[in-house]
Amino acid sequence: MSDDLINIKVNQKEIQVDKNLTVMQACEIAGEEIPRFCYHDKLSIAGNCRMCLVEIEKAPKLVSSCTMPLMEGMSIITNSEKVNAGRKGVMEFLLINHPLDCPICDQGGECDLQDQAMYYGFDKSRYKENKRAVDNKNMGPLVNTIMTRCIHCTRCVRFATEVAGVPELGMLGRGENAEITTYLEQSITSELSGNVIDLCPVGALTSKPYQFKARPWELKRTDSIDIFDSVGSNIRVDSRAEEILRVTPRTNEYINEEWISDKVRFNYDGYYQQRIDTPYIKENQKLSISNWEESLKVLKDKLKTLKPLALIGEHVDLETGYAIKKFMSNYGKDNVECRTDNHAILESLDSYRFNTPLNDIENSDLIILVGTNPKIETPIINHKIFKAYNNDAKVFNIGENISLNYKTEYLGKSLSNLNNENLIKALKKSTNPLIIIGSAFLNKIKKIKTLKSIFSYADKYKVITKEKNNLNFLNPYASRVGQLIIGNTTNNLCEPFSNLKKDNFELVLSFGSEHIANEQFNNCFKVYFGHHGDDGAMGSDIVLPTPLYTEKNGTFVNIEGRPQEAKKCHNPIGSAKEEWSILKKLSDELSFDFIPNTFDQLRSELFDKHPILSDYHEIIVVENSTSITPDIEFEDCKAEYPVSNFYMSDVISKNSVTMAKCVEEIISTPSLLEKSA
Amino acid sequence: MSGNHPGLSNNFSRSGEKFSWSKDNLRSIKNIISKYPKGREQSAVMPLLYLAQEQNNNWISIECIETIAETLNMPKIRVTEVASFYSMYNTRPVGENLVQICRTSPCWLRGSNKITKTICKETKCEINDTSDDNKFTVVEVECLGACSNGPMIQINNDFFEDLDEESTKKIIDNIKEGKPNVIGSQKGRRSSENA
Repeated sequence: MSDDLINIKVNQKEIQVDKNLTVMQACEIAGEEIPRFCYHDKLSIAGNCRMCLVEIEKAPKLVSSCTMPLMEGMSIITNSEKVNAGRKGVMEFLLINHPLDCPICDQGGECDLQDQAMYYGFDKSRYKENKRAVDNKNMGPLVNTIMTRCIHCTRCVRFATEVAGVPELGMLGRGENAEITTYLEQSITSELSGNVIDLCPVGALTSKPYQFKARPWELKRTDSIDIFDSVGSNIRVDSRAEEILRVTPRTNEYINEEWISDKVRFNYDGYYQQRIDTPYIKENQKLSISNWEESLKVLKDKLKTLKPLALIGEHVDLETGYAIKKFMSNYGKDNVECRTDNHAILESLDSYRFNTPLNDIENSDLIILVGTNPKIETPIINHKIFKAYNNDAKVFNIGENISLNYKTEYLGKSLSNLNNENLIKALKKSTNPLIIIGSAFLNKIKKIKTLKSIFSYADKYKVITKEKNNLNFLNPYASRVGQLIIGNTTNNLCEPFSNLKKDNFELVLSFGSEHIANEQFNNCFKVYFGHHGDDGAMGSDIVLPTPLYTEKNGTFVNIEGRPQEAKKCHNPIGSAKEEWSILKKLSDELSFDFIPNTFDQLRSELFDKHPILSDYHEIIVVENSTSITPDIEFEDCKAEYPVSNFYMSDVISKNSVTMAKCVEEIISTPSLLEKSA
Repeated sequence: MSGNHPGLSNNFSRSGEKFSWSKDNLRSIKNIISKYPKGREQSAVMPLLYLAQEQNNNWISIECIETIAETLNMPKIRVTEVASFYSMYNTRPVGENLVQICRTSPCWLRGSNKITKTICKETKCEINDTSDDNKFTVVEVECLGACSNGPMIQINNDFFEDLDEESTKKIIDNIKEGKPNVIGSQKGRRSSENA
């Protein structure tokens, strides 16, 4: 495509670049770094900070490179005296009203303005007039504002409008009176609102929970994975000693881009609340403190006589899952279940994962949401749907008439609404349709035929073709896809959980699954392996402490089938022991066959058994399945959504004070508008 | 100072009363929106703000903003941004007569300070203030574009030019007594012909 390439010069170096780029992007390709505040490659171009000035030959004045399109033969100079002087001038203006409070500013040490002032700032001020001060604005329980520091780059405004899809932020007034605020200072209602903290190039928007907690250079960085939804956003966990102080995103263009949800960003205070720090044994209907020796002895005796069943919770990593499977195989088959919500599946991988690569969602022109509320189940996927919507995709919704941040056409309550006339018409016209089947229906489906019909339907309307598979199954749990791949489920394809007869099992081992508290296990001996004391632990006979995902290494497979590693950040709280080592000890005492002696051995055994999992960061490739029935028939089932409250969807978030504040201020408090009505 | 100017405030307030378009305005809105291409209806936000201000006693309340946002199907914050950007949309209640005194150089050289003093004295209110009887709100503004006839003031939609202390007092008195005023030059000039 030589048509699209043009020749330009950057600092006398000749390069060929795409003609649709801007001057700034061309300079980056040429290896020249351009200072900037308002420009961000995920947001629209505003051109209002003027920091990215460059000289272009034959142009009379300096131009802002972020807004300037390229032209054939353009010669750009980024390092001349004139450019430097121009940028210094801009910087002096930016600093006129910026307070000198870096020593008490949370952004200090990782501040764009601070860094660039080192290059372009003057050492003293020539400004003799009054400095302006701006009142701080309320933006909710997560975002702290010190608005005098704001330099009006409007990144946050553009983020809220273009990425989060909640046009609630804006710049009021003009000139010296310009102020960034939310509408009537209400809390931002987005599940992605925390990202404005990372976007803000200065310390105007900072994290409320992290306020005055630490300096960036004190923190230890650990790369990890968001396990609070199934998307597997890449995160970076910052800790000091044995405490996590904040969570920020890592860029992964294939998954979360540069964003993470507010849940994983802010619920880390819940990691340390209500922790199970030592083994407990129930005596006289009351859990009392025990020790490992005693509790394992009781458990061992029970394991000798009773027939066990293992339940796998939503935060269980693959290595643990594999160890559980290995341990349970000593008791026969069909005794491990991760689908504790009755998640219906077929055998093949493409019947329980998100088959469209997340990055391709935005290319779809027709999206059908079937029993899913992506806004609160998986905010990152919701953002991608919002992108598609902005590219003129039509969005249909079946299930409850949920409110999303984009317009949907509501078709009805039941699965059979897939046969809606309007929808069929649109499907026939569409070139790249996409279906998302959510847990609200998947957990209710009782007939395999219905699932197969969904495949046939997708096949009929070209949602599945030879080249692509746009029939997607979405569940909100981080562990699910991986556990299903390694086979931690019973053969029952639909309603696996309700069909677990209590008569068949006498001992239930729950690995972080709260479903152990269900009535169906009332007569069983219950053992809870977990980190947070909630319903699951309270009702159990033995409670064993295990580490949180930040306290051990582990592999998680995200919803599209991409294995990723969450790394250990600090040592477990209390006397928590990793699940596999507990099982190892029990195996030794029961003289079972359980070879791995270390975690690394366990992991390599897992990868030997399941080589597809060893390729980190790559989507597992499978053939499109051929589960097709000739006649399409949908059963009637009522949608029941798995997540009703974004901020409190799991045991960890439930114990987070920050999340509780969010519920109070964002969900429970009706907006000013509703109050007046 | 500027924070108190009714047109240059970022703080909006509620009137406490529901705002819905009058029948006449609904008709004009239809006409205004039809001037913009399809999909660009939001461009009509400025004329609509003006209509709302006219209907709502010369100021834009939060209720007005919400009604406009609903009419044009746009986010409320976007309407708020526009309303706060332009000084001629009043974001807080003003008196029956909004007296805008030009204080830019030509008028100032011809004695706008004296006019300001006179007006403040006659209306019994400070700059950026509303009189107790809610008859007058007095503000100082920059050039209103009638420089050749300075000093001048604007009261609601009318210009009063070629002022001196006496004629200014007369104008205010007439308003107080409900008598009509001569619009334009107070010296009998037609437009800006040679004096």
